[in-house]
Amino acid sequence: MISRRDFLQVSMAASALYGASGFGNWARLAAQQALTQDQLLEFDTFGNVSLIHITDIHAQMKPIYFREPSVNIGVGPNKGAVPHLTGADFRRFYGIDDGSPSHYALSSGDFSALAQGYGRIGGLDRVATVVDAIRADRPDALLLDGGDTWHGSMTCYKTQGQDMVNVMNGLKPDAMTFHWEFTLGSDRVAEIVEGLPFAALGQNIFDAEWDEPAELFPPYTFFERGGVNIAVIGQAFPYMPIANPGWMFPEYSFGIRDENMQAMVDEVRAQGADLVVVLSHNGFDVDKKMASLVTGIDVILSGHTHDALPEPVLVGDTIVVASGSNGKFVSRVDLDVQNGRMMGFRHKLIPIFADVITPKPEMTALIDEQRAPFLDELTEVIGRTDSLLYRRGNFNGSWDDLICNALLSERDAEIALSPGVRWGPSLIPGQDITREDIWNVTSMTYPEAYRTEMTGEFLKVVLEDVADNIFNPDPYYQQGGDMVRTGGLGYSIDVSQPQGSRISDMTLLATGEPIDPARSYVVAGWASVNEGTEGPPIWDVVESHIASMGTVTVAENNSVEVTGL
Amino acid sequence: MEFTRRETLAIGAGAALMTVLPFRANAAVDDLIAEFTGGADLADAGVELTAPEIAENGNTVPISVAAEGASAIMVLAAGNPTPPVATFNFGPLAASQSASTRIRLAGTQDVIAVAKLADGSFARTSKTVKVTIGGCGG
Repeated sequence: MISRRDFLQVSMAASALYGASGFGNWARLAAQQALTQDQLLEFDTFGNVSLIHITDIHAQMKPIYFREPSVNIGVGPNKGAVPHLTGADFRRFYGIDDGSPSHYALSSGDFSALAQGYGRIGGLDRVATVVDAIRADRPDALLLDGGDTWHGSMTCYKTQGQDMVNVMNGLKPDAMTFHWEFTLGSDRVAEIVEGLPFAALGQNIFDAEWDEPAELFPPYTFFERGGVNIAVIGQAFPYMPIANPGWMFPEYSFGIRDENMQAMVDEVRAQGADLVVVLSHNGFDVDKKMASLVTGIDVILSGHTHDALPEPVLVGDTIVVASGSNGKFVSRVDLDVQNGRMMGFRHKLIPIFADVITPKPEMTALIDEQRAPFLDELTEVIGRTDSLLYRRGNFNGSWDDLICNALLSERDAEIALSPGVRWGPSLIPGQDITREDIWNVTSMTYPEAYRTEMTGEFLKVVLEDVADNIFNPDPYYQQGGDMVRTGGLGYSIDVSQPQGSRISDMTLLATGEPIDPARSYVVAGWASVNEGTEGPPIWDVVESHIASMGTVTVAENNSVEVTGL
Repeated sequence: MEFTRRETLAIGAGAALMTVLPFRANAAVDDLIAEFTGGADLADAGVELTAPEIAENGNTVPISVAAEGASAIMVLAAGNPTPPVATFNFGPLAASQSASTRIRLAGTQDVIAVAKLADGSFARTSKTVKVTIGGCGG
């Protein structure tokens, strides 16, 4: 008799073969200049359940460019494991041809040139076409939104998330979980959630005062699909009050709470769940660890760390699916569930090539309706870039170099700090920089660009603290962002060391002198989690800097030396 | 530009928290455990400690302990200036041997629970709770 585990591994191999042939096809088709919507959507409907996963859209309703990272270091048990393979290593691992559409969509390298050829990616009107096509194959497919949806653009900020709520309602999701949504403030979150026509889930969203499950966010919900009783359990971002300003949502407490996750899995199984799906905003490595500790989860739809993987990762009997960010991808996962067991799966990460997938006209109209009141502001050209502007990477990105330069010059500081967030689209050389582009990489509800003094000793404490949030070998102690970006300050980092011993050779770049622990430095930064932070919004600081430069060129950044790999 | 008193305080609090890092279990903790157990061996299984991996607020960290059939569970914050947190005693008629409370942690450190089990043996578990200055979540 074949065990369930054997079944899964057989189907994993089948999925890998399927994926590989699909990828090969794309490459050949591209060579023939014949990438088509049918090819992108091609999928042999399988089993009796379909899941559609989209996550970390960060309010990107329109097609964008988005460069994946070239530096994404894994530590501890995840050293060298996906998603910590980048560029050519990633392509070799998955058998992706250089220059192919998958190269462009999934990995870094030659980005500017490929972007010229393949064009923009994403757009929720294109996503709507893909979702409709999957629903045509399987009318009762579940659409699950992993969160970081109501954050990340000017229109989202100015409408307090209403634009994204309206547009997502057009896609008709079945459930959602959360992260940046809470930075709208708990009152606004409650106002929206109370009116949502779908489930707002989070088994780890607790009442802070009583440490009991929060009433507004049920831990799970059931769906009956294809004769299968499906439980979807929500897992919100565990470290919201730490990574984001807790004072904006003081009523809530989060955490990983894997003991409670196990209790919820056991509870839904006892209630007759045939299939247990976790809609997670943990981040990929945290989800892998959770899958290894909590038994009985069939599928984790993973968000937060913005990884896009063309195949699920198998942890025990659980498949972990990563669906990228910024509207670039939709994952389709078909499952065969028999007698309360997941017997096999078929998966495809569908890249939303904006020039290949036909937009759904009603969604285009709905999106444009949200943007119309702000269109003049959004489209105003502030400058132009000669450089590729991107954000992703563990230590720096050219967008953040530009933001740090803006802070140094506009706020007259010696050192600039910019948060290691992973959202924000890219611009390719030769593009105009509009006000919308600036907001896409800076928009948030705590944008104050502060100016303060910090001693050299405290700066080291900050760098060590943030580094441990990324490079702690135990994923449960990682918060899923990247290293704080520094302007005017260089340093060396040994990622293999413990907290307190990773950072060395801190240097004030302006003079080349070592940072003096006892001296105070004038530091400008933004996105402080402290209540009462003062300063102009960061988008004004960046806009003023770009306007004064006219055309922007960002030099290569060699100020961080990385060892211990 | 000047920075507000509030900002200064917040930064100062962060600095105060962080400059004393890292905390480690020390001899005093070993002595406290030895006093509780009378020097008996400590098993790894038999007592559960639930605590967040990263504290949302180091000044009030929710923890809970449980040990089936235990007569007492001692909780220590190994890195606090005063490590003893509480010792929960359970009488023979107690319906369950579990307790929840909130504790204050001076910085990243191990929280330790030691239980005296029904058969008179002892079990120990610990969990690292990180206290961080935050920011920068993806």
